[in-house]
Amino acid sequence: MSSDILVDIEDLHFNYDGRPVLQGINMKIPRGKVVAIMGGSGCGKTTLLRCIGGQLRPTGGRVRLEKHQVCEMSESELYRLRRKMGMLFQFGALFTDMNVFENVAFPLREHTDLGDEMIRDLVLMKLEAVGLRGAHRLMPAELSGGMARRVALARAVALDPMLVMYDEPFTGLDPIALGVIGQLIRKQNDALGATSIMVTHDIHESLLIVDYIYFMNGGRVVAEGTPDEIRASKDPLVHQFVYAEADGPVRFDYPAPPPAAEFLNRGAHG
Amino acid sequence: MADPLSLFRKLGHATVERIWRLGFAARFLFAILVHSGSSFRRLHLTLREIYFSGVLSLLIILVSGLFVGLVLGLQGYETLQRYGSTEALGILVALSLTRELGPVVAGLLFASRAGSSVTAEIGLMKATEQLKAMDMMAVNPIARVVAPRFWGGVISMPLLAAMFSAMGVLGGWLIGVVFIGVDDGAFWSQMQAGVDFRFDIWNGIIKSIVFGFAVSLIAVFEGFDSVPTAEGVSRAITRTVVTSAMAILALDFILTSFMFRGTS
Repeated sequence: MSSDILVDIEDLHFNYDGRPVLQGINMKIPRGKVVAIMGGSGCGKTTLLRCIGGQLRPTGGRVRLEKHQVCEMSESELYRLRRKMGMLFQFGALFTDMNVFENVAFPLREHTDLGDEMIRDLVLMKLEAVGLRGAHRLMPAELSGGMARRVALARAVALDPMLVMYDEPFTGLDPIALGVIGQLIRKQNDALGATSIMVTHDIHESLLIVDYIYFMNGGRVVAEGTPDEIRASKDPLVHQFVYAEADGPVRFDYPAPPPAAEFLNRGAHG
Repeated sequence: MADPLSLFRKLGHATVERIWRLGFAARFLFAILVHSGSSFRRLHLTLREIYFSGVLSLLIILVSGLFVGLVLGLQGYETLQRYGSTEALGILVALSLTRELGPVVAGLLFASRAGSSVTAEIGLMKATEQLKAMDMMAVNPIARVVAPRFWGGVISMPLLAAMFSAMGVLGGWLIGVVFIGVDDGAFWSQMQAGVDFRFDIWNGIIKSIVFGFAVSLIAVFEGFDSVPTAEGVSRAITRTVVTSAMAILALDFILTSFMFRGTS
C-alpha cells in the first residue's frame, strides 16, 4: 500500500440480518485530505464509517488503516488503534453527566498521565479553537445544537488523532452554524495534519471544504471525484444529488404496490 | 383459520429467545467481572455510584423501614397479647426484620428507586450514542459505565437493608414501648437473647448481598440491552422492576429454605 494512502478499503461487504448493506466498496483515503462520503439515507454510509472504526465487523473484504488490518484486530488492538482516531457523532454524543470541560478532558484523562494543570491548558486550547472557551462550565443540556457539535469536535481532536471521522456533522444546524462547523473541520484537519472522512448529505457545504467525494447508492460506490469534477459531472445520480431533484436514479418513494391495487383492495388492511 | 402449530411455534420461539437472553446475561456478568478491576482501581467511579444508588435511596429506605416497624409493632402486639406474651414483641419485630422484611422490602425498594434509575441512565446513554462514542474513544463502556454501577449497587444494598431493619426495630419500639406501654427492658432483653448473630443477622446480610447482586445485574443488563429508543428504554425500566421483584422473591424462598431448615 502506498504510504500516502491512510485508509484503503477493498471489496467491503456487510450484511445486516441477511440484508446486504455494503456490496463491494472500494475506496482509498489519502493522508492529509478531507474526503466526503455522500448518498441518500440508508445507502450504507454510516455502516461504512463503523466498519472503518472497527465497531462493525464486515462480512467480506478488507479495511486497512496504516499498516493495520482493522477487520482482523482483537479488541485490545482496536482500542490501541482508536487512540489515534477521533469521531464526531451525528448529534455530538456528549456525556450528559459531565460539563463541557470534562467532556473534552475525558480522552485526555483516560489515555494520558498528564497533570490537572496540563489537562486544563489543553482543554481550554481545544475549546478556544472551536470558539467555546467561555462555555467550558456549561452542561450539555445548556448548549445549542451547533455548540454541542463544536464541543464534540473539540473532544474528537483532543488527542490530536491521525484520522477524524464525522458522522453527519451538519444535520439539524442553521446556515451559520453549518458554515462554522464546515470551516472548523477543514481548519482542524489542516492544523493537525490529520485525515478526515466525513459522511454527509450536505452537498453544497461539502463541495466547499472537501478534497474528494465518493457517492454511494444501494451499498455501492457509484461516482467519485474532486469537487470540480462533481460540479461538472453528467452522471444522472450526481446531478440529481447536486441539484436536489426528486426524479432520478435515487428513488424518493419507498417501494410500494401500484396505487390502484392498494386503494381498490381496502378490505385487505381492515 | 389460524395455523394450529403457530401457538407451539410462538412458545418455542419465546423459550429460545429467553434462553438466549439468559446466556447473554451470563456473558455480560462475566465481562463485568473481568473489567471490574478498573472500578476498584479508580475508586471515585464506584464511590459516585454508591452515592447515587445508596445515599440517595436512604430517605425512602428509612421512612419505609419506620412504617414497616410501626405496623409490625401493632400487629405483633395484637397477636402476642392473645397469648399473654407481649414482652416477646422485641424478638418478633427483630427476627421478622433481620431474617425477611429487611432484605426483601429493602431489595424491592432498591430495585424501584435505584435499579430503575441505573437502567434509565444506561439506556439513555445508549440511545444518545454516548456508549458508542466512549467505545470509539478506546474506553470500554463496560469498565467505565457498567462495572462501577454494578458494584455501587452490590455494596449499597446490604447497607440499605441494615438501615431498613434498624429503622424497623426503632418503629416497633416506638409503637410497642412508647405508645402501648410494653416493658422497655423486656423488649430489648428478649431481642438480645433471641436474635442469633450467625442464624439471623448473618443470614439476613447474605440475603441482602445476593439481592443486591441480582438487582444490580438486572438493572445494568436491561439498560445495556435496551432498544435505543424512548419506548425501548421505558420497556427496559419496566422489565428491571418486574424481573428484580420476581428474582428477589424467588431467591428469598430458595435462600430461606437452605438457611433456616430445621433451625428454628
